Amino acid sequence: MAVTITYAQPKRRHPVVAFVRTQPTGSAGLAIIVIMIAAAAFADVVAPYDPVAVDFESMLSAPALAHPLGTDAFGRDVLSRVIYGARTALFVGFLASFLGSSLGAVIGVASAYFGGRIDMAVQGVMDVLLSFPIIVLALAVVAVLPKADLLGLDVNLVLAIAIPMVPRVERVVRSSALAIREMPYIDAARAAGYSHSRIIFRHILPNIAAPYLIMLTAFVAQAILLEASLSFLGLGVNEPTPSWGLMLSGHAVDFYHAAPWMIVFPGLAISLAVFAFNLFGDALRDWLDPKLKI
Amino acid sequence: MLRYTVHRILLMIPTLLGVAVLIFFLLRIMPGDIVELKLLGEGASVTPDVLAAERARLGLDKTLIWQFVDWMGGLFTGDLGVSMWTERPVAHEIGIRLELSLQVAIMATILATAIALPLGTLAALFRDTWIDHTIRVFAIAGLAVPSFWLGMVLILGLLLVFNWIPPLTFTPLYEDPWANLSQLIWPAIAVGYRYSAVATRMTRSSLLEVLKEDYIRTARAKGVYERLVVARHAMRNALLPVITVIGLEFAFLIGGLVVTEQVFNLNGIGKLFVQAVAHGDYTLVQALVMLVASFFIIINFVVDMLYAWLDPRIRYG
Repeated sequence: MAVTITYAQPKRRHPVVAFVRTQPTGSAGLAIIVIMIAAAAFADVVAPYDPVAVDFESMLSAPALAHPLGTDAFGRDVLSRVIYGARTALFVGFLASFLGSSLGAVIGVASAYFGGRIDMAVQGVMDVLLSFPIIVLALAVVAVLPKADLLGLDVNLVLAIAIPMVPRVERVVRSSALAIREMPYIDAARAAGYSHSRIIFRHILPNIAAPYLIMLTAFVAQAILLEASLSFLGLGVNEPTPSWGLMLSGHAVDFYHAAPWMIVFPGLAISLAVFAFNLFGDALRDWLDPKLKI
Repeated sequence: MLRYTVHRILLMIPTLLGVAVLIFFLLRIMPGDIVELKLLGEGASVTPDVLAAERARLGLDKTLIWQFVDWMGGLFTGDLGVSMWTERPVAHEIGIRLELSLQVAIMATILATAIALPLGTLAALFRDTWIDHTIRVFAIAGLAVPSFWLGMVLILGLLLVFNWIPPLTFTPLYEDPWANLSQLIWPAIAVGYRYSAVATRMTRSSLLEVLKEDYIRTARAKGVYERLVVARHAMRNALLPVITVIGLEFAFLIGGLVVTEQVFNLNGIGKLFVQAVAHGDYTLVQALVMLVASFFIIINFVVDMLYAWLDPRIRYG
């Protein structure tokens, strides 16, 4: 008689399933993000109108079936502009956050790894950068860099948003890297004669993936807010590119009374996007590294 | 403690110097200087001689190093120079606007603290109940709503409900408190919401952390009333990080007002900064950046000192 012995296997859920189970609010945030990305990617199909098409026949019309979120002073469809605005916000948000976090991570790890005078000098520079309020530094960078076009957007806008993030990421990553530097496997790698860059990129950086990802997500939210603020001040995205911040600037204030929908919906879009990234970022932190302070 | 204090004060100097160098040279890589903006502004044609003369008058013809030395010399003697755009002393330009911005910042801080401490405490004490969830949603929404948009919505709401908008001209508080407050309370709410959200989250997490400590269990075990445990034992320790956050946010508020002042058409520091950047007004931008940065650095220092003073375990040697 054959006896089959079965061992109780620990139940292994797919990480995505586990994340959804344990982090319901974070998953809600993720769902909003996915929907926004989809809407931005397929804006040509989703948006009912051309976002830059001027239509003086239907200027400032209230939300109705033809224009679900109304039209602006040029008769442009607000819904379509909000959808295309997601493209701008997410593109700038992800790119700036990716650049800023990556640069911050590399500098943080290098600073921790080399230590000594290099570390002192880097920390000094970071302290200087940290004493600028984010928006002040961003404004200064925007004003200084020459305009350069990339896929219809200013590169200097992306850099202006990315640079203030560098010291903030750098600090967190450096403190994680300081702990990793003392690990035996780093000694082993050094003993094996690996180059500094190999140790930094292959041995330390993968181990700071958790704080890096958490900061990256959190800073997408910051970047979206910053893009909106700069565009609102007229120093970010230029007309006629649809951007949420830009939709709130200039003429919008003249129509407080006549067309409140011009003010309400772009702001809701900003808030929803930032809200979603914050929810997701918080959950990601609880999931990956609950003790991380950012 | 004295050694630490001196050490910290000395450390502020290189940071401030770094800020000065950074902003000075950043401004000067900017394409097109103020002279061109000023004289060629409306498509006017001006001979290069006139441009050169104007540059010489503003001291822009000297080498960068000398310009920097001049500026630094002025800073040390308390002379911030003259605005290149308005030709009035920088100290005057900032002075007349500082009162307004400072008042909004202080009001926002009071508002934020008054909201954050009770809400954060409630959320921590009623962790994972509906109270906690509601407060957390309130806080996380506060981080998401851009303050300048909240300001617009406030104006819109006042307009639709009361058919009234806040006054546009600034009246000092001591002249007519009512007129003053009816103008400035709205921007204070607009920036204060985000501020209170940050502080609420910090209060909650900090209090939760402290409530896990052994000495809290000891206090409970020896029969101290729960109310006293929270108020005496937990709160005092939990407040440290909250004070830090409030202090740092306050320092950054001056900068954060940049966008909100635009919405309410307030003639404050933030608006001045945007104008100065747009005009390429070197002296004014430099002075404003130095002001905000020193403010931040000093608050940072005060917070560190406060830590040492409030928490007997921290005595920097």
